[in-house]
Amino acid sequence: MKAKRKTRVARVLITGILILAVLAGLQRLLMPKYMGADREGSMISEYYPQDKDHDVIFIGDCEVYTNFSPAVLWEEYGINSYIRGSAQQLIWQSYYLAEETFTYEKPKVLVFNVLSMEYNEPQRESYNRMTLDGMRWSPAKVKSILASMTEEESFLEYVFPILRYHDRWSQLTGDDFTYFWKKDKVSFNGYYMRVDALAAENVPEGRPLGDYRFGENAYAYLDKLTQLCEKEGVELVLIKAPSLYPYWYEEWDLQIEEYAREHGLKYYNLLDAAEEIGLDYRTDTYDGGLHLNLSGAEKLTRYFGNILQTECGLESRKEETKLAEQWETKLKEYREEIRRQTQELENSRTTGR
Amino acid sequence: MFFTSYEFIGFFCLLIAVYYLIPKKYQWILLLAAGYVFYCAADPRYLIYLLAVTFLTYLGALYLEKSFAAQRAYLKENGQQMDREAKKAYRALRGKKRRRVFVLILVIVLCILASGKYVNFLISNLNGILHVFGSEGRLSFVNMLFPLGISFYTFQALGYLVDVYHESVPAEKNFFRYALFVSFFPQMIQGPISRFGDLSQTLWKEHAFQGENLKNGLLRMLWGYFKKMVVADRVLIAVKLLVGQPQVYRGAYTMVIILFYTVQLYADFTGGIDITLGIAQTLGIELKENFIRPYFSKSLKEYWRRWHITMGTWFRDYVFYPVSVSGVMQKISKVTKKTLGDRAGKRLPVYLASFLVWLATGIWHGASWNFVVWGLLNWAVLMVSEELEPAYAKFHARFAVAGRWYYKLFQVGRTFALVSVLKLFDCYTEASTAFRMLGSVFGADNWGIFVDGSLLQLGLSAADYGVLALGILLMLAVSLAGRRESVRSKIGRMRYPVQAAVWFGLFLAVLLFGTYGIGYDASQFIYNRF
Repeated sequence: MKAKRKTRVARVLITGILILAVLAGLQRLLMPKYMGADREGSMISEYYPQDKDHDVIFIGDCEVYTNFSPAVLWEEYGINSYIRGSAQQLIWQSYYLAEETFTYEKPKVLVFNVLSMEYNEPQRESYNRMTLDGMRWSPAKVKSILASMTEEESFLEYVFPILRYHDRWSQLTGDDFTYFWKKDKVSFNGYYMRVDALAAENVPEGRPLGDYRFGENAYAYLDKLTQLCEKEGVELVLIKAPSLYPYWYEEWDLQIEEYAREHGLKYYNLLDAAEEIGLDYRTDTYDGGLHLNLSGAEKLTRYFGNILQTECGLESRKEETKLAEQWETKLKEYREEIRRQTQELENSRTTGR
Repeated sequence: MFFTSYEFIGFFCLLIAVYYLIPKKYQWILLLAAGYVFYCAADPRYLIYLLAVTFLTYLGALYLEKSFAAQRAYLKENGQQMDREAKKAYRALRGKKRRRVFVLILVIVLCILASGKYVNFLISNLNGILHVFGSEGRLSFVNMLFPLGISFYTFQALGYLVDVYHESVPAEKNFFRYALFVSFFPQMIQGPISRFGDLSQTLWKEHAFQGENLKNGLLRMLWGYFKKMVVADRVLIAVKLLVGQPQVYRGAYTMVIILFYTVQLYADFTGGIDITLGIAQTLGIELKENFIRPYFSKSLKEYWRRWHITMGTWFRDYVFYPVSVSGVMQKISKVTKKTLGDRAGKRLPVYLASFLVWLATGIWHGASWNFVVWGLLNWAVLMVSEELEPAYAKFHARFAVAGRWYYKLFQVGRTFALVSVLKLFDCYTEASTAFRMLGSVFGADNWGIFVDGSLLQLGLSAADYGVLALGILLMLAVSLAGRRESVRSKIGRMRYPVQAAVWFGLFLAVLLFGTYGIGYDASQFIYNRF
């Protein structure tokens, strides 16, 4: 009798383990790998294996991960930085990423790109996923999900992504199998590199808005971010990256200036400093002014590195052997990627494709 | 909170756990609370309708019961001093009072149903009449609530009232117990329509946990989810597109619509009922079957004995029988016998009662003329079949094909085709559109759609068609395998690894191929709206 019960229990246990293994495997297979067109979706998770000892952390949307190059900050100023950026990162997502980051490390400066202040409500599920799926489970992730979900989304689908991606079975590609276990690194300390260029021409003017005031929710999270940085002893620096589009309104700029003044924060509108930075929008952007390419990002980073050094008091850490060694490897990979992309660009020019 | 929502799955799991953990005497109270929570989750305002129907039928039944008891007591006490005529007169007087109350409650409850479902239908028809008479004035439509499943629980409550009126069942004294009968959540929004005599006792009984019930109930639920989410909601994507643009999708597309909608309706409704019966079984409660492999019927008459059985029997018992034996029908029968002969005299009341039943069935399905036409077309086909019965008999006697497999197959195919074509009137809200669509098949010049890839432009990919085909084949196989014994019983006897594989395979099929989540419209069950 006892033996029979034992057999039954063992049978159920084995079945349970097998079922869980199959479900876990299927979930992994069905989740997007973000190795093709939407590589930005892989960037948030790339932070975790890093040594978490950064001087500067950038948070924000594509205007941070395409416009700043931590490799240049290290090379030129000895500043160790990381970009926790993601596509259409909303301000509450930036806030919770900062909250999560501070559980791992306390950088000296947190740079926040203010473009996301324009959004007061959850926007698009696909962008939410690119930010949230890559986060490790933590109270910050839970809060970020709850703050970000659109009406059509369900928290359960974040806990069990197979419920969200179940219908990808008919869209699986070779990448889903190739990157089943391990994915390629797509960023360089959070920087998304592009060497190609597409001149900014006919950049549209912003259409008039009914109300230029940022929303209450956006302000609430900016307040929270300010308080969090104050509590953690991290200097919060607000920036507006020099992307020409989406349009940055004068009225918006004034509100951020006012906020920074009221809260004793530094705010740099780098869009206004484009000339000083030396940006040439004919050659320094890869998509007509939305994002800077490598050339533009390096120019901007050099300019901003100087600000970080002179106005935020960050010192060079090039003397730290271990860190320098780590960066040596990273810089090698960085240069290799520049070489690879340049070559690819040359090839496509030659073949006309 | 639809059966297919995550919230419902959570609600169900919690309910099952609490149901078997609390003392058994409180189980029925938990079910009552669950019913109200479930209904309230859809829209708290719906409760007004549910409570009104419950209260009225409860009070009405109590009155009827008391009246019967008083009549019996009076006759017992005074019967000996009364002659036969006096007793008859007394009974008639009492009966008249009861009938008045009964009819009053019946009318009020039907008005409640109509207020939720038929007011705008009535207004649109009145506007039509005004237009015909050249009036410029129009009545405005009213924004009425349309509570989920109102037809189901209203009919269930009315059935109870009629049963008490006929003394077929005693009235329930405990309001809360009766309220559970009306609001038993698995069946509240899409049936089956239960009878008080069948369901009440099993609802209030104490139910000990039985692994077998839980296992079979869950498997049945899973099968229901498969039908609904893998088949019905997938084909719905194409059906919505096709039915939404009748000016574009006509001709050969009509055949596609007929086939797709037939599949969708079957998978949706039988899937929903499987989930309902499965839930009830996990709770230890047995509900009546609502389908017996309807698409294997050899005639329309047989089909209606096997499709939505509880609705059919409800109309038979509460409309057809009372109407066909009513005084008016007797008179009609008499007059017809005199003028047209015995055969016509016998048949006419039956046909008229059937007419009323099918008119009511049509209106019950929806507040629009397409449903009325659909109901009456069913009636017409049934009556013609009835009239042709002698001709069929002659044919069978002459050719001796009855009972042959190929003839059975022909009959099944013919019935399937007929039922499917009639369902077209269920698809389009305008009956004229349905007729036009049928007409467009003749002389259609777009038969190429079946080979030129047009079917891949209906929102379904080739992979979707593959899943659909497999789903339909599986439904067919399960129907065939379950002729003598349910497939669940057969699975239950299989070896453990096979059972586990079947369970997990079905679960995976729903998980992976189910049409749920972002990108799919959360689709409620078709019969929820009736």
